[in-house]
Amino acid sequence: MKNEYLISTVVENKPGVLYRTANVFRQRGYNIRSISVGELRDNSMSRMTFVIEAEENAINQLVKVMNKQIDVVDVKILDPKRLIKKELALIKIYVKDQKMIPKIRDIANIGTIIDESVNSIIIEVTGTSEKITDFVELASDYGKIDISRTGLTAIERGE
Amino acid sequence: MLKNISELTGSDALIKALEYEEVEGIFGLPGGANLPIYDSLYDSDIRHLLVRHEQNAAHMADGYARASRKPGVCFATSGPGATNLITGIATAIADSSPIIAITGQVASDMIGKDAFQECDIIGIATPVTKYTYQPLTSAEVPQVVKNSFHIATSGRPGPVLIDIPKNAQTEKMKMNFPTKPNIRKLQQLQTADLKAIDKAADLLLNAERPMIMTGGGVIISGAFKELQAVAEFLVSPVVSTFKGKGGFSETHYLSLGPIGMHGHVEANKLIIESDVLLAAGARFSDRSVGKWDEFGNEMTIIHADIDPSEIGKNKNADIGLIGDIKTTLSLLLSAMGKKAQKRQSEYEWINRVNEIKDIWRSKPLPAPREITGPRLLKKMREILPEACLVTTEVGQHQMWASLHFDVAEPGTFFTSTGLGTMGWGLPAAVGAKFARPDLPVIDIAGDGSVQMTESALATSVTEKLPVITVIFNNGMLGMVAQWQRLFYERKYIGVELQGIPDYVKIAEAYGAQGIRAQSMNEFEKALKNALNSDVATVIDVPINPDEDVFPFVVPNTALKDMVIA
Repeated sequence: MKNEYLISTVVENKPGVLYRTANVFRQRGYNIRSISVGELRDNSMSRMTFVIEAEENAINQLVKVMNKQIDVVDVKILDPKRLIKKELALIKIYVKDQKMIPKIRDIANIGTIIDESVNSIIIEVTGTSEKITDFVELASDYGKIDISRTGLTAIERGE
Repeated sequence: MLKNISELTGSDALIKALEYEEVEGIFGLPGGANLPIYDSLYDSDIRHLLVRHEQNAAHMADGYARASRKPGVCFATSGPGATNLITGIATAIADSSPIIAITGQVASDMIGKDAFQECDIIGIATPVTKYTYQPLTSAEVPQVVKNSFHIATSGRPGPVLIDIPKNAQTEKMKMNFPTKPNIRKLQQLQTADLKAIDKAADLLLNAERPMIMTGGGVIISGAFKELQAVAEFLVSPVVSTFKGKGGFSETHYLSLGPIGMHGHVEANKLIIESDVLLAAGARFSDRSVGKWDEFGNEMTIIHADIDPSEIGKNKNADIGLIGDIKTTLSLLLSAMGKKAQKRQSEYEWINRVNEIKDIWRSKPLPAPREITGPRLLKKMREILPEACLVTTEVGQHQMWASLHFDVAEPGTFFTSTGLGTMGWGLPAAVGAKFARPDLPVIDIAGDGSVQMTESALATSVTEKLPVITVIFNNGMLGMVAQWQRLFYERKYIGVELQGIPDYVKIAEAYGAQGIRAQSMNEFEKALKNALNSDVATVIDVPINPDEDVFPFVVPNTALKDMVIA
């Protein structure tokens, strides 16, 4: 049975690390549905968070293989029960009809309007992937949409 | 402690760093992008062995590494030189062999501009190496070398590639030669958990039908004495995987020989009867154990390996013992010794094992004619001294060697199993000869394989590393033909080599000795001659193309369903 897994890795912050690490997935035919990378406070390292879909009985082996990589300092599958996961999206709506603007302003309350011009409005939304996906659906009723998403990042709560 | 040396060029620093690693020889071929490296090598005591194709340099480094248990080093220039190494590097990672490949690269300001002989070798080599480095300044070189040797040789060994842009070879900078790698995640050598060892010891001591499966890890680790001690304490029969062949002497009374696709009938039959299996340095390859979900369902499996990602990968283990196999086996022996005495030498299981072994081993080899693959191998074993190194190519001859050539001295048999690289055996033999010039080195070969890398003969002759190549010449890609025979209704395509080339003439063209042996008598004379020769010898033995290798465990079937004839 296939499940979605969030794999959080701490890796060396050097060129070529993303290539070699992502290749572990590619080699085995996994699609990376989402990836986010950012430096840690000790900027010799970065956190790379991957979202992949995998069979339950394959995921542990995948983590062991990840752990073997020289540049991977730490790897773990994030426990979905203790997880805070968020994504950021910038959604640009091309406004066809000026009369739509109040309505757009309304729905944009879920996030923040960060830019407005004669023909377009850009809204920043932060939240779960589902919240963003649903908002994009909704926003597309109001005009043509352009969207840029960061991909999921996540962290475990508590100890 | 850092050894400060005043300013050196990157290439001088590279050679110095290799000297500090006690490298004895480098297999390589110079080109534009590594001229500075070669210039620095000129003044070194490290020997350079010139190849005629970089693939051979990588295979020679690999053969050297397996025979010496030290890392092998090869050099190539940029572009095609580097890409020519890839087959050899992929072979090494598939067989966990430590080699360091050092390639020249165009200058950093030319990278990305499609410069002459520029190629993204780091990109290409990443999936087939343990790690790659591209030092962009010369000062980085010594630490990169130190790190590379550590990575290649610790934990589960494997290849590392260092790609040095030309400017990093030529610029002069202040150098430090570190004595330690500076990798954050050093390859920690885990030792097996003592509680797990204890449990494993109990299981083995209480087993009614114990079995040891020795794999490639035992050979890589040199754990021969430890394995023998454990086997003798338990009075447990020992089978080997094909890669593990020779980890346990096949003349030992407990040896059943190889299991697997072309393993001994008795070995395949008996392993599936065991109740407790100790897998030592093996990875449960499908070639060894047949269809995974039909293997070992009734047995308790103790899996000892240095790579934690192998435990549970192909087969679930009841107990995992993670660590270097030499240490694990010593700990196991110690734990068993505290709990019990050595088992008595006669008990029900061992009696059954010997009975089955006798039945199958007393069957005479089919002899439809004087020379067959199997008979040639028996004759070779008769004539060759126990202390000799053997490599093989890939094909029917290789599988007949698995079945019919008993390895007497542990750790003297080497073959490309993971990748199954035709053409590996001859250059690997040359590399092995460099490691052990005191021993005869023989490549068991097929006529399809040899021509892939036959230019290694040039190195064998010019570098005075005489090896003996015995070609099982059936004018065919024999193994492919066998599969076409058995699975494709004899629709032979692409397998007829038509007796080209004439290997005796090829040998002579390379300055080696070429002998055609058309009878067992001639073969015996040729091999004895070769053993006494100072120059490489190729013995070309015509054999009948219609021979099949049996027994055969057909892919995706269980060991119990092996086809015996």
